[in-house]
Amino acid sequence: MTATLFLVQALNGLQFGLILFLIAAGLTLVFGVMDFINLAHGVQYMVGAYLAAAFTAWTGNFGLALLLALPSALAFGLLLEVLIFRHLYDRDHLDQVLATFGVILFLNQGVKFVWGAAPLNVPVPEILSGSIEIADGLLYPVYRLAIIAAGLAVAALLYGLVSHTRVGMLVRAGASNAPMVAALGVNIKRLFMIVFGFGAMLAGFAGAMVAPILSVEPGMGDNILILAFVVIVIGGIGSIRGAFLAAILVGLVDTVGRSFAPNLLRLVLDPANASQTGRAIAPMLIYIFMAAILFFRPAGLFPAKR
Amino acid sequence: MSPIAETRPVAITGQRRRVEWLPVILFGAFVLAPVFAAFSGAEGYVLSLLTRVMIFGIAAMSLDLILGYGALVSFGHAAFLGIGGYAVGILAAHGVEDALVQVPVALAASALFGLVTGAISLRTKGVYFIMITLAFGQMLYFLATSLASYGGDDGMTLAARSLVAGLPLLKGDFALYWVCFVCLLGTYVLARSIVASRFGRVLRGSRENATRMEAIGFHPFRYQLVAYMISGMMAGLAGCLLANQAEFISPAFMTWQRSGELIFMVVLGGLGSLHGAVLGAAAFLLLEEFLPEILHMLGFMLSTDMQARLVENWKMVFGPLLILIVLFARGGIMGMLGGRHE
Repeated sequence: MTATLFLVQALNGLQFGLILFLIAAGLTLVFGVMDFINLAHGVQYMVGAYLAAAFTAWTGNFGLALLLALPSALAFGLLLEVLIFRHLYDRDHLDQVLATFGVILFLNQGVKFVWGAAPLNVPVPEILSGSIEIADGLLYPVYRLAIIAAGLAVAALLYGLVSHTRVGMLVRAGASNAPMVAALGVNIKRLFMIVFGFGAMLAGFAGAMVAPILSVEPGMGDNILILAFVVIVIGGIGSIRGAFLAAILVGLVDTVGRSFAPNLLRLVLDPANASQTGRAIAPMLIYIFMAAILFFRPAGLFPAKR
Repeated sequence: MSPIAETRPVAITGQRRRVEWLPVILFGAFVLAPVFAAFSGAEGYVLSLLTRVMIFGIAAMSLDLILGYGALVSFGHAAFLGIGGYAVGILAAHGVEDALVQVPVALAASALFGLVTGAISLRTKGVYFIMITLAFGQMLYFLATSLASYGGDDGMTLAARSLVAGLPLLKGDFALYWVCFVCLLGTYVLARSIVASRFGRVLRGSRENATRMEAIGFHPFRYQLVAYMISGMMAGLAGCLLANQAEFISPAFMTWQRSGELIFMVVLGGLGSLHGAVLGAAAFLLLEEFLPEILHMLGFMLSTDMQARLVENWKMVFGPLLILIVLFARGGIMGMLGGRHE
């Protein structure tokens, strides 16, 4: 029983970690290449979810909605870049934090304005609904497996793009020394735009993928944004590899910790105390994890800048 | 050197004598406000709004002490507000209702939290510092949401305001107003003397160039840590007052959005002048309070339906306003006031 429960929790953790990776990948590149703190990255995830919900309602087909939501999320990200973020690249981090905080306020209210404050529900697509048996007597929802597969596919694609293409080479070079890349004659503004738009699209993709399993509501991006920051800080800013590893670790620690912390504590405390303390500690686990990693490695696991 | 470090604190620039009138006017306004409040017809409302302004003034000023003078962008400062608030709430739930016990406990808890988290956070620099303070803030937030016996997610209502030496001195709104005023003035004077002291000069020196400070024989880390603790204790005091003002305490006191608002108050007022942070807090809270009304008036030519929608979605105006202030009003309110004299 415990072994199967653990397997289910580990799969949930992996799925959560991969969603986190999709968000953190864009964030870490924007952060690493442009040295830009984008608090509004979380609302791009939210916008992705809303777009998926709106297009699903319009076309009646989740797959088609996903195809429409991706370019829309990309266009939306580029619009924000041109309107606001472009003017903030040479400002200090404090100004960036504040201005992007303003974007959050605006967009959280904006989606309420357009779609109302009530959470939207997106039905799980017919073909991916239901559960399959992955081990003896253990049923697992197909849609969550689909998220895991999609996440892994995007991670592989991203790895290929970043380590085997010319743009990827420039992105890596930009993460370790952006002024030098500009000095070598690369149009750094265009590189910034590509990275930014791509990051926004990935976040939008993550939002669209979770739309059928979570409720789509204003402010849904705020907490996941903080988790994405935890991920990129643990992984080392600007490192895709670090973000991947850290995202999986954070996903597993959070999900598995929530279900097993009370059980583990029961070994040393009496049951009532253990469940109370366990529930208190579980949501703090990843932050403790992050503080511990930064204590020993102040620049994260795989720092891109040397 | 970061651009934060380039902004000069107003107190040490040449225009000292002129700008020094500002704190006098500011505190004078707080003294006179209750008199006018009596004539306004909505005394209770005005008093409670201004009390909130002063409480957030203390919190924003405490942040300015490390942000403006130490260039330490703490993104988890609301945690200290929560510590102060929960110290009052939890002690009151166990029958200890005297502020003479609650406040020292709150200050000690804030100092301890500041010591532990500061010692870890200050090992990192720049963006990592922002993120790790944010992480500690979130840690405390989730701890508060899991305190099921103290209200958990929903928070807890205080049975009554704190007693002072066994007497219900804080019961009236006027009394609370004056207590907050004394706290604001006290922390302001304290912070001003800290900034002007040798300790403050070392802190400013570490902001400009930590390596040079080390070369002439100081440990920037120690000074920054002590400043972080002092700042946390001030914010803890503000938390005690806030819990008493609202007679309610909940994890919402320490969301990361609240920490962001505190930073915004400091930047809106102007970094590194202390009274600028109080001005910033006042401007922020008054704007938040009156923006819906202002929008209602501006929308007079729209249909009633559109007007209502505009008022309901005032945050859609507030957000862009924030962005515009960051983009165009550098130096905040203090910068604008200083600029007019030049």
